[in-house]
Amino acid sequence: MEKMIVAKTGNEAMAEAMRQINPDVVAAYPITPATEVVQLFSKFVADGRVDTEFVPVESEHSALSACVGAAAAGGRVMTSTASQGLALMHEVLFIAAGLRLPIVICEVNRSLSGPINIHCDHSDTMAARDSGWIQLYSEDSQEAYNNTIQAMKIAEKVFLPAMVTADAFIISHSLERLELIPDEEVQSFLGKHQKPYDLLDLDNPITLGGLDLQDYFFEHKRQEIEAMKDAKEAIIEVGKEFGKIFGTEYGFFEKYRMDDADIAIITLGSSAGTTKVVVDALRKQGKKAGLLKIRVFRPFANKELKKEIENLKAVAVLDRADGMSSFGGPVFHEVRSCMYESEKKPLTKNYIYGLGGRDIFPEDIETVYNDLYKDVEKGKIENLINYLGVRE
Amino acid sequence: MKKGWKDLAIGTQIKKAGSSEDFKTGDWRTEKPIIDFDKCIHCLICWVYCPDSSIIVKDGKVEGVNYDFCKGCGICAEECPKDAISMKSDT
Repeated sequence: MEKMIVAKTGNEAMAEAMRQINPDVVAAYPITPATEVVQLFSKFVADGRVDTEFVPVESEHSALSACVGAAAAGGRVMTSTASQGLALMHEVLFIAAGLRLPIVICEVNRSLSGPINIHCDHSDTMAARDSGWIQLYSEDSQEAYNNTIQAMKIAEKVFLPAMVTADAFIISHSLERLELIPDEEVQSFLGKHQKPYDLLDLDNPITLGGLDLQDYFFEHKRQEIEAMKDAKEAIIEVGKEFGKIFGTEYGFFEKYRMDDADIAIITLGSSAGTTKVVVDALRKQGKKAGLLKIRVFRPFANKELKKEIENLKAVAVLDRADGMSSFGGPVFHEVRSCMYESEKKPLTKNYIYGLGGRDIFPEDIETVYNDLYKDVEKGKIENLINYLGVRE
Repeated sequence: MKKGWKDLAIGTQIKKAGSSEDFKTGDWRTEKPIIDFDKCIHCLICWVYCPDSSIIVKDGKVEGVNYDFCKGCGICAEECPKDAISMKSDT
């Protein structure tokens, strides 16, 4: 198979993946910094390069509502948004998941207001982490592209919606080398569209969204929880198949120099790239530093994560969002919680970083590793929750 | 017997039409209407006013109340021109 090498931004990469997926319906409302995804896709529609029914709506609430209707009618459905857009979709996110509709959102991670800001942090998708959507975080344009294609297939395997994320501007607007899979290969990888049901099947009429009170609501939610458990298997299965055909295998994490590491950073999104540079530099100094990049945040691979980190001496969890609990960020909570059953608990601390697009530099990351070494020497965590790169 | 989560159709689908008939709302009631047929003149005003279509009428005559769906709102008793309907505690 001949891959095409091109230069594309993260937004262009995700729009390209959407074109190749060729969904039946895209209902979308443009928002910075994901505007381009919608704009480029609407051009594909205007140029006749896709068969998609494009619905330009008046808000993100309507965008996802139209997606829910289209997916319930049996279509393969996608949309794209960011930040306030995802926040405006919030109530419909739960409906899409509850109705078990395999919709895919290309989401660009931008800070939620207020104060108003257009740059990267993960507050938008982290606020949606309990909505029943699968969440795949991307380190760069290539991953945003690869994740989008895989997300569609994963979603259709377990009948849950999925969002693929890409960091605002850092990924969405940065031009990178991208390997494109041929259109027909994407189609054959995805296979025939799988749907949970079909409202347009007039021979088998169904009712959807009925009032679901004390006697059935819990059972339907329990089904949804089970689907999220099943998603773990589907993600691994699809990631392996993707690797077999296209060369790069995907799982829950990317392990970077973790085999013999004694300390590690856990992070997600584009900061993983910066961390890799620091890991390489520290390795040259003989320090056994590693990186565990979380690609899949929902479902959360707790058992698998425990296995990866329980033999480390110390771990720093980097969060690009704060849970406003006064007790650290969402990734920290998950990581720390899944180590509770472990007899070998590495020292675990949290760094909140990069809020509102504050740059994170290799020097910042190096500070984190150095702090970890100091903690290891003392045998205890000096500061549990830390704020990296903020002025005191 | 209500189905468990493993046996329910996914995504809240209801595959049977008219299934609201199976959803008995009568147990919402705290008071039930009792019709005194010695007073009832079969004017059908209760039947007209009942918001849950729970007054059973056959051949133009009131026959009783469908307690599977009567929520005990008391509108029938209030509207009855002959005071033939009384509300009794049903807890």
